[in-house]
Amino acid sequence: MGKVVFKRPKSLADVPTHYCPGCPHGIVHRIIAQCIDDLGIQQRTVGIAPVGCSVLAYNYFNCDFFEASHGRAPAVATGAKRARPDLIIFAYQGDGDLASIGTAEIVHACNRGEKITVIFINNTVYGMTGGQMAPTTMPGQVTTTTPYGRDVNSIGWPIRVCELLSSLKTEAFIARVSMHSAREIVNAEKVIKKAFELQIANRCFTFVEVLSSCSTNWGMTPVEAQKWIEKEMVPYYPLGVFKSPNGDESKN
Amino acid sequence: MAKVLMKGNEALAEGAIRAGCKLFFGYPITPQSEIPEYLSRRLPEVGGCYLQAESEVAASNMLYGAAGVGERVFTSSSSPGISLMAEGLSYIAGAQLPVVVLNMVRGGPGLGGILPAQSDYLQATKGLGHGDFRLLVLAPSTVQEAADLIVDAFDLADKYRNPVMILGDGMLGQMMEPVEFKDRPKSKDLPPKTWAATGLVPGKKKSIINSLYLDPLELEANSWELKAKYDAMARDELRWEQFNCEGEYDVLIVAYGSMARICKTTIELLKKRGVSVGLFRPITVFPYPYKQLSDAAQKAKMVFCVEMSTGQMLDDVKIALEGSRPIHFYGRTGGIVPSPEEVLRQVERIRNGEEVDKVWER
Ligand SMILES: Cc1ncc(C[n+]2csc(CCOP(=O)(O)OP(=O)(O)O)c2C)c(N)n1
Repeated sequence: MGKVVFKRPKSLADVPTHYCPGCPHGIVHRIIAQCIDDLGIQQRTVGIAPVGCSVLAYNYFNCDFFEASHGRAPAVATGAKRARPDLIIFAYQGDGDLASIGTAEIVHACNRGEKITVIFINNTVYGMTGGQMAPTTMPGQVTTTTPYGRDVNSIGWPIRVCELLSSLKTEAFIARVSMHSAREIVNAEKVIKKAFELQIANRCFTFVEVLSSCSTNWGMTPVEAQKWIEKEMVPYYPLGVFKSPNGDESKN
Repeated sequence: MAKVLMKGNEALAEGAIRAGCKLFFGYPITPQSEIPEYLSRRLPEVGGCYLQAESEVAASNMLYGAAGVGERVFTSSSSPGISLMAEGLSYIAGAQLPVVVLNMVRGGPGLGGILPAQSDYLQATKGLGHGDFRLLVLAPSTVQEAADLIVDAFDLADKYRNPVMILGDGMLGQMMEPVEFKDRPKSKDLPPKTWAATGLVPGKKKSIINSLYLDPLELEANSWELKAKYDAMARDELRWEQFNCEGEYDVLIVAYGSMARICKTTIELLKKRGVSVGLFRPITVFPYPYKQLSDAAQKAKMVFCVEMSTGQMLDDVKIALEGSRPIHFYGRTGGIVPSPEEVLRQVERIRNGEEVDKVWER
C-alpha cells in the first residue's frame, strides 16, 4: 500500500472555494489550516475574516470564525483576545483592508502588543471590488482606477507595512513571505507556524505579510503573475523576518 | 446597602461592574470621561479589562469581538463618538450580539458643544447606522435610575442578543446624588450563549459571528428575525412613568431624561398656583410607549412636548396621538437647559391659547 504524503488538513473545510483559478488565497488558507492542525489548537482557534475577496473565509476553515467590518479585523481580534486570552485568534486581511481603511487598527494593535496573529495578503489591488488601486499598488502599475499607472508624485509610494510596523518599539514578530514559488510557499508555512507558536506562548503581536497575486485583475496567467511577484514586487517588498522577539531577524 | 454620593457617570460605571461586566473599550470624550477614568481603576480590581481604543470606530469593533466570544462588554461615549460607533453597532445588531452602549448626549451637529442636549434622540431610536436595525434605548432621569437601568441593560442585551443603549445627557452624567446599589440576584432565565465563537469543541456547532448574507432571501429573513425581536420588546419591555396623572389635568407634558425631571419641578410650582398638569415620561424610548401616552393624553385638552432639541421625540408624540389632541412644543438646545420657571411660563401661555415664546429668536 502506498504511503499518504499529502492530505487535506482537518482544519480546512472540505468545500469548493469561490476563489479564481490560480488565486493564492487558497494556498494561504491551507497553510494556516495545516499550522492549526500541527499545533493542535483547532478547538481553541477563532479566525477573523475581512472585507475583501476572503470575506467568506469563515466557510473554508473548520474552526469558529468572525466576519469583521472593512479594516477592523485587528480591533475585533483585540476585543476577542482581551475577553478570552485562552483563545488563539488570527485575523486574515487584504491590502485595501489592512493598509488603507484599517491603518489605524493594525498600527495600534501592533503597538499595544496584542497577542494575536495577523496574516496580511498583499496582492497590490482591491481584488473584490474589481481591481482598483490599493495603497500597495506598484509605481506605474495600471489598475482600474490608475489607468495611466500609479503616479507616485500624486498619490505617493506603496506602503511597506512590515517596515512601518517594525519601527514601533513594542516587541513583535513581523515577517514577509511570498507565494511566487514552491520554495517560498514552503518557507511561508514555516514562518506562519512560528507566528502561531509565539501567540501560543503568549509572547507578542505576530504579523506575516504574504506577497500574493491577482491574475484576474492583473490580466495575467497565474504563471505570469508568479513571475511578476518575483520580478516587480520582491525588490520593493523584501522578504524576511523584520522583527522577532528572539532576535533572529533575517532579511533576504 | 447604604447610599453613596456619586456623579451620574460614576454610578453608571459602578452599575456596569455590578452587572458583571468585565470589559470596557472606549475613547475619551466630554461629558462622559469620568466613566473610562473610573473603570480604568475599577476593572482591574475585579479581574476585568479596561482598554483605551485608538478611536470610537475601533472601540465599537472591539465590542463586536468581545461580545462575539460571549462576554459582557460596555462602552460609553458622547454624540460625535457615537456617530463613529455606528459602524460597529450595525455589525453587532446584524450579527445579533449583546452589548451595552451609553450616550451622554452633548449638543450638535458636528463638534457642537460639550453641554447637555437631547439632540441624538432620532439617531438613537430610529437610525443609528445602516440597515434595518434598532437598539433598545433606555432614558434614565436620575442618578439612581441610571444605576438601576444599566444593570437591566445588560440583562436585556443578553435576552434579546441586541445592543442596548442608555441615552443620557451631560446633566445626568455630571449631577451628584445619593445612590444605592441594590444586591440583585443574577437573572437565571437568560439563555446560555451557545452561539458564541469560543472554539469548535466536540459536541458544539461551528460558530460564525457574521452579518453577511449574500442570498437576498436569507438577508431578508434575518431582517424579519430582527423585526420580530423589536416587536417582542414593544410587547414586553415598555417602561414609562406618569406623574401627577391621578386627578384632572388639562395639559399633559411629555418629556424624558433630565428634561422630565425639570418638568416635575414645573408641575410642583404649578400645583402651588392651583393648576394641575400631568407628566408622561417614557423610560424606554425604543420601543416607545405609544398607547400608554395616548391613553394619558385623552384626559388632557392639549399635550406639551418639551425637549432639549428642536423637536425629535416630538415625532413619536405625534405618532402616539394620531391627531387626537393639539400638540405644543418647546425646545432649547445647544447646551441650554430650560429652567422649571421657563417651562412654567410656556405652560401658562399655551393654557391662555398663546403660542410658546420663541426666546431663542431674540
Ligand atoms: C466601509 C466599506 N467600504 C468599502 C467597501 C467595499 N469593498 C469591499 S471589498 C473592498 C476591497 C478589498 O480589497 P483588499 O483588502 O485588497 O482585498 P482583496 O479583495 O484584494 O483580497 C472594498 C473597498 C466595504 N465593504 N465597506
